Formats: sequence, structure tokens, C-alpha cells
Amino acid sequence: MQRRIKFSQPLSIRLTHWFNTVFLLAMIASGLQIFNAYPAFAEKGYEFCCYPLAGKPMPEWARLGGWLAGGLRFHFFFMWFFILNGLLYVAYVFASGEWRRRLFLPPDARGAWEMQLYYLRLRREKPDYGMYNGLQKLAYTGTLALGALSVLTGLAIWKPVSLPWLSGLLGGYVAARFWHFLIVWAFVGFIVVHLFMTLVVDREATRSMLVGTYREPADA
Amino acid sequence: MIVPRVTDVTDRRRFLKLAGASAAGLLAGGCGWHGEPVWGALRWWERPTELLQRAIADPHRLAKEQPEGRESARFPQYFISPRLPTVDVMAWRLQVGGSVASPLSLSLGELMRLPRTTVRVRHYCIEGWTAVAEWTGVRVSELARAARADPAAEFVEFRSFDSGYWSSWDRESALHPQTLIAYGMNGDALMPGHGAPARLYSNLKYGYKSVKYLTQVNFLPRNTGGYYEERGYEWYAAL
Repeated sequence: MQRRIKFSQPLSIRLTHWFNTVFLLAMIASGLQIFNAYPAFAEKGYEFCCYPLAGKPMPEWARLGGWLAGGLRFHFFFMWFFILNGLLYVAYVFASGEWRRRLFLPPDARGAWEMQLYYLRLRREKPDYGMYNGLQKLAYTGTLALGALSVLTGLAIWKPVSLPWLSGLLGGYVAARFWHFLIVWAFVGFIVVHLFMTLVVDREATRSMLVGTYREPADA
Repeated sequence: MIVPRVTDVTDRRRFLKLAGASAAGLLAGGCGWHGEPVWGALRWWERPTELLQRAIADPHRLAKEQPEGRESARFPQYFISPRLPTVDVMAWRLQVGGSVASPLSLSLGELMRLPRTTVRVRHYCIEGWTAVAEWTGVRVSELARAARADPAAEFVEFRSFDSGYWSSWDRESALHPQTLIAYGMNGDALMPGHGAPARLYSNLKYGYKSVKYLTQVNFLPRNTGGYYEERGYEWYAAL
């Protein structure tokens, strides 16, 4: 049965997406291994307000590197490729004009709201949209912001003596380390929702990220 | 193991399913993996990361000094020996050698008569914690001047009586004005738990680079690594 093709995922997007999958998972797992060396935030002799799990280790299955030195090696290896791949993606999206149908801009807020109502069963008919609906644009654009923030907060805790203005901007070394950690959970939250949406709700999206074409539903 | 014949997987859909399952299997199998087989291969990757660090850091920049009274009540103590390393202070000497025109052998009293410097800075451990202390001692650059170290010696090695613990530094960071041979901490004499009678101190690098229980400072033409560096920590390790 021939189904109408709604849109295509360019090869550059598909490649950077799957490379990012590997790099991001490696950054998270090696990062949790590093965190495990001191799974707390407080400066020695002080209390930290906002982390109730202080002292509790991260589960072994979620860590990469075996011990602190291994985790650091993986983190500072994949760091390069995570950043490079992200920059390639952004460069491609802007140079090709793809940003027009992907980037969340203020006018997309209405569509995002309507889509949210539809998912919550507070709206009967599915809103009309092109390639992505407003919620998708918001989520995917959000990951770009998370990526940029992970690099900035990471740089702040990697170079607190050389770049004191950066860690200062983030509230100091202890706070910057906490932001870097929170970004991990924002990424994990995105990944959980993204997997559900693409593997359960809209499996055509998964297919399009593999072979490139997104087909309309058969009944459309 | 059954290996499908090529004709069995020509169906694109089936191939994609197979690829997806393999990728999922790889990810699941990777969980909790220590990665030992690639640790060695990752070692050479330290070099580009070191060059990036050198590009980020201005070697002449001074680390931010902390206000008086900001010292941490509890500053962790580290040594690798099974027991607290101690030494007879009267017999102790700091040897300054390697590529130097006039090697030195300094008693604690002689060390304390050299020009004195104090820094009060935030300390960073590679584990992720921080603490603040005030350190008093002699700049390594002062020792380099006194011993007339060869300008071609690009590395400075620090050795200790803590079960042979050692580390080596790039010359630039070792001769930074805030890199000290410290014999005082928070206004008192350095305690045995913190590396008495004298230790290296600088917050330009992670704590494991600041060798405690010092015995030797050697100006060398080559990089001699270090105790933790041999066990996997990064050598350059600048903050």
C-alpha cells in the first residue's frame, strides 16, 4: 500500500541525531561516574540546601568508566564529539533553512498549547501543523538550549580558577556543579518522553529518523 | 549462533528491525561497563584536551584570593601510606636538584628564611568537593632562582616520603607566583595530616598534583608523570 509522504528527514539530521544519541548517553553515564566520587554538593564543612540524596551513590548500571579516572577519561573524550556534533547540527539547520520548520519561535506557543489540550483530551480535534507541532518544536528546541547550558556549566566547573567570571555568573562553583547535574535530569526527562512519543505514540517518527521519510497515516 | 544468509535480510524492514534490536542490545549490554579495554587508547586523547586547557587558561592570571576568615573548619587530609607519614623534622631536608647550577639541601629553618608568601584560595579536589585554606610558604619560583634552575628544564618534579608519592608539573604552572612550598596553614605550622613539614600547594591544579610530605624538587627536561597519573588521572589537570 502506497502512503503519501508528509515530510523527509535530511540525511545530515539523521546522522547527527544518531551520533548525538551515542555521545549524549556516554556523557551522561561517564558524568554520573564522576559524580559518584563525591555524590554531594556542599563545600566541606557546610550544608547544601537542595540535594536530599547527598552521599547516595549512583547505580552501577548507569555509570561508564568503572572509577573516577575512567569516568573522567570518557567524559573528556566524548566531550569533544558531543560539542562538535552539536555544532555541525546547528550549522546545518541554519545554513539549509531547516530551522524554519524546526525552531520554536513565539508564534508557535499557540500551537503548543492546542496540542497540549489535545493530548490531555480537553480538545477533540488534532490541531493542524506542518512537519512538527508546537510541542515538538518546543521540546526539540529545548534540547538545543540544554546542550548549550551543559557545555557552559561544564566549562564553569572544569575551569573555576581560569574562568572565575563564568562560575561566578552561575552562583559559584558549588552552584555551577549543581546546575550541570540538574541539566542531566532535564535530558533524562526529555529522553523518557521522547522514547514514549516515538516508540509508542508516533512510530512513524522513528521510521523517518532511520530511513528518512515520514508517511501520512493510512486512513488520511 | 545462527548467521542469517544475506538473502534473509534483504527485506529492508526486517533489516531495520534487526539493526534496531542490535543497537538496543549494545546499549543494554553497555550498562555498567567499566571500559578497561579502551582506557589505554583514551590516554593519548589527554593531549588535545591539554592543548585546549592551555588555550583557555592564561598562565599569568592570578587565582582569586578569598577574604580573611573564610577558611574551612574541616579540610580533608590525604596520604597513600597505611599510616600517617611522619619524619624527624631536625633531620628532614628539602633537596632542590635536577638541571640546576647550584643544588640545594634546605632544613626547615633555612626554607623559612627564604622570602615568604601567603595565599588564601579555594581548593578543588578532582572528586568534586572544595574547601578554603590559607597557605604560607616559599614560591617554587624562588627555589628555581636560588638553585639557578636551567631555563630549558620544562618540567618540575615533586617527590615525597609518603610511600614514594610524586607528581610532576609543567614549568609554567610550577613557577606561577601562587604555587608555593607551604610550611604553614591557616596561620599555624603545617600539621602532619596536611603534609608536614612542607608540601607543595597551588589551586591552579587539582589537589592530587599538590604533593605533600615533600623531600625533593627536581627541575627536569622531561615529564616524569606521577603516582595518580600512572593510575589514570590526567597529568596536566589545570583548573
